[in-house]
Amino acid sequence: MIGEGGNAALSSSSCRGCPVSAIFLAPLRALILAIALIAVAVPAFAASFEESVAKFTTDDFSDTEEAIGEIAASGNPLAFPIISALQDERLMFDADTKKVYIKQSDGKAIDAATGAAVDAIPDSASAVNLNNRLRRAVDAALGGLTLLSPDLSTRLSAAQSVFKSHEETALPTVESALAKETNRSAKDALAEARAAILLFKSDASEADKLAAVGTIRARGDQDALALLNEISGGDQPASVTKAAKSAIASIQSSLAVWSGVQNAWYGLSLGSVLLLAAIGLAITFGVMGVINMAHGEMVMLGAYTTFVVQEVIRTRYPALFDYSLLIAVPLAFLVAGAIGVVIERTIIRFLYGRPLETLLATWGLSLILQQAVRTAFGPTNREVGNPSWMSGAFELGQITITYNRLWILCFTMAVFAILLAMLRYTALGLEMRAVTQNRRMAASMGIATSRVDALTFGLGSGIAGIAGVALSQIDNVSPNLGQSYIIDSFMVVVFGGVGNLWGTLVGAFTLGIANKFLEPVAGAVLGKIAILVLIILFIQKRPRGLFALKGRAVEA
Amino acid sequence: MPHLLTRSLDRAAVSFVLVVAACGLLIPLSNLLLPTGSALQVPTYLVALWGKYVCYAILALSIDLIWGYCGILSLGHGAFFALGGYAMGMYLMRQIGARGVYGNPLLPDFMVFLNWPKLPWYWYGFDMFWFAALMVVLVPGLLAFCFGWLAFRSRVTGVYLSIITQAMTYALLLGFFRNDFGFGGNNGLTDFKDILGFNVQAEGTRAALFALSCLALILAFVICRAVVSSKLGKVLIAIRDAESRTRFLGYRVESYKLFVFTLSACMAGVAGALYVPQVGIINPSEFAPGNSIEAVIWVAVGGRGTLVGAALGAIVVNYAKTFFTSGALAPYWLFMLGAMFVLVTLLLPKGIVGTFNAWWEPFKTKRIEANAESAAREDGVSAPKLAE
Repeated sequence: MIGEGGNAALSSSSCRGCPVSAIFLAPLRALILAIALIAVAVPAFAASFEESVAKFTTDDFSDTEEAIGEIAASGNPLAFPIISALQDERLMFDADTKKVYIKQSDGKAIDAATGAAVDAIPDSASAVNLNNRLRRAVDAALGGLTLLSPDLSTRLSAAQSVFKSHEETALPTVESALAKETNRSAKDALAEARAAILLFKSDASEADKLAAVGTIRARGDQDALALLNEISGGDQPASVTKAAKSAIASIQSSLAVWSGVQNAWYGLSLGSVLLLAAIGLAITFGVMGVINMAHGEMVMLGAYTTFVVQEVIRTRYPALFDYSLLIAVPLAFLVAGAIGVVIERTIIRFLYGRPLETLLATWGLSLILQQAVRTAFGPTNREVGNPSWMSGAFELGQITITYNRLWILCFTMAVFAILLAMLRYTALGLEMRAVTQNRRMAASMGIATSRVDALTFGLGSGIAGIAGVALSQIDNVSPNLGQSYIIDSFMVVVFGGVGNLWGTLVGAFTLGIANKFLEPVAGAVLGKIAILVLIILFIQKRPRGLFALKGRAVEA
Repeated sequence: MPHLLTRSLDRAAVSFVLVVAACGLLIPLSNLLLPTGSALQVPTYLVALWGKYVCYAILALSIDLIWGYCGILSLGHGAFFALGGYAMGMYLMRQIGARGVYGNPLLPDFMVFLNWPKLPWYWYGFDMFWFAALMVVLVPGLLAFCFGWLAFRSRVTGVYLSIITQAMTYALLLGFFRNDFGFGGNNGLTDFKDILGFNVQAEGTRAALFALSCLALILAFVICRAVVSSKLGKVLIAIRDAESRTRFLGYRVESYKLFVFTLSACMAGVAGALYVPQVGIINPSEFAPGNSIEAVIWVAVGGRGTLVGAALGAIVVNYAKTFFTSGALAPYWLFMLGAMFVLVTLLLPKGIVGTFNAWWEPFKTKRIEANAESAAREDGVSAPKLAE
């Protein structure tokens, strides 16, 4: 009835401006047309769909398979819910009344043939049984149904699932989708799905199969490899087997390269995080010989600053959310830097020349800061959001690069460059280098070493705060955030050597990359243990790290 | 030997030994002999709690020996403590036998659970007490020897050494958390039944363990005193105060350091072994770097380089921890602990005992002078002036 009214309205409005008689006649004509449609097309259509649905009630696997095929091809809007219900065993049938029901996830039920809501499924109904063969048919049918979806990502994942299942029944759908497809990546995915089907189709021509192997070889990922491995065992023409073998070899070698690239990228990413966390530590340790165990807590404070900034933006100025990190960076620097200066003035300056005591006192401080944050913000993780420009990822060959990791790498390099320039070209930098090299001589030349110390400590803490802003994007913001980085950053500083920022850079990236290359071989935990042991052994060879200061100042 | 003992045990040391011995006798006796509910009876849970403190005191002594007298700040001594504990835990696991949940006479429960077909080789021998007891000392000692040999030979000192000891315990922490390491993973070793045929839960066993811990504390203390008051001890102090100078004088600094570091690790292992049957569990969290640093603060609070102070500090800080964390003040304990780290290093660098000694020193010298004077008067010779 709805269809009829709609048709009438449509044809009358399309005839605006027609002669009066036409205006008068048009609804009538439409009405006749609509009645004719209902009388001819709809019953025929409905009957076949209902018949197909009724096949589920025979509880026979071959009938069920036919039903799946017919429903998938019907184009009926109920097709998708029926097949997906079948997949989840939510499709119920009643053999007595020949009715089929879909049990929906909210507990309600609808009649599968008509889509009408049903009060309750009769007790005599039971779920439609599936076997493995049918499950594959269901997967393929679902894939086929979503191949034509208007949503690009749905189409892509549908093509992917067809590629994996390579069910022959999906071939016509894939080909029609391929003909209509305009998006390039979707087109590639569909072509690969088609190639996968052709490879497994027993009556496909040899030329088709060879072309298919070529397509799959060009895809070149793990799935392609698995597919080719699958066919090289089956009975295929000799030329196809040969082509598949060479394709497998080529994919394997390219995958090995890509996994190397991927490990290197992960390593760079980990290295940038380590560098960011360690760089402040390296400055304070280099200039003042002070091990700041509360350094991790400065990172944590920076992360919480980001959280507070985002909270304020969320409640007051939601439009500014994308700029939240840009606002948080200077604030985090100020907050952590100010706390650093206060700590230096009130505690650390009384402990100069007693590095072990400084270590203990700053450990105590770290406990206090952690507990203070736990009291203020609660012990659980706080949510810090990614701005839009930091979320998402892009594909580079066979590896996926997430924007947040990429930005953090860039950010780290920027911080490093600024710091390096600062040390080289500013007065404070000059004084800091002088104090690092020879404190007493620097003091004799009129440098106010205690002021340099305070500023250095503030600078190191401030950079830790900035690191916290970046780490809030990839890690949980909790009071324990800093703890998880402190030992790693120590390792970087010890490994890289003191008094030279380049040492820290090299140390961080070496450790990051070594860690990620060891991980696939030894596992994450054993890899980390191996790194720790290697550092302990490395320290034997070079007790002052890779880039050690030389000369008399060292032993002082 | 008697000469060494008399020289190493001064008046304060003797009183410390007597106090510990008295506690080691009276507390178990009062627990066992007096009727329950009597005002003087020490309840069993307190015996176990104080037994734990005594084990901590031994750990603190071992840290004080290297930090207070040789300037080696180890932030990984908890690792030696935990290794000793694991060695004892493995013995106790093997004693469970077929009484475990799965009733396997050979494999501990967690191995059955993980479908291990047979006992890994490193579990062999732990069904014998003497072997386990040997391992309690040997494993930490060997690790410390290897670690120290590498570290001291290449002159890793100061904060560098502290950091790599921390890395060592962290690496062990990560390793012991793994199930395939074969030490019970995350859950560690627990659910013990017997030690040498006695039920670990029984009052008598707990009392005996407490007395044994006190005995071990006395032994450790006497060994430490003997070391620090010998010529070896003088060299250690020289290394602490001026390492390069000691080396230039011809002493092999690294050998001295290695000896004292290994000895200290063995002591920490014994402390861990006594700790495990009294608390009934050993798990990887004992390796956490935070634990080792906390142990260092016990020594700092008590007074480093005093030995008595280290033991005292361990007991005081842990008593405070129990007191605070069991009451309404629990959220403030970490503030307290943190403040303790800061204030002790800033205001009380010598610790309780060290400060007390410094305050008492003038009275003591006066008394010695008076004694000397009266002795001299009896001999009819004028007393030598101390200023000379």
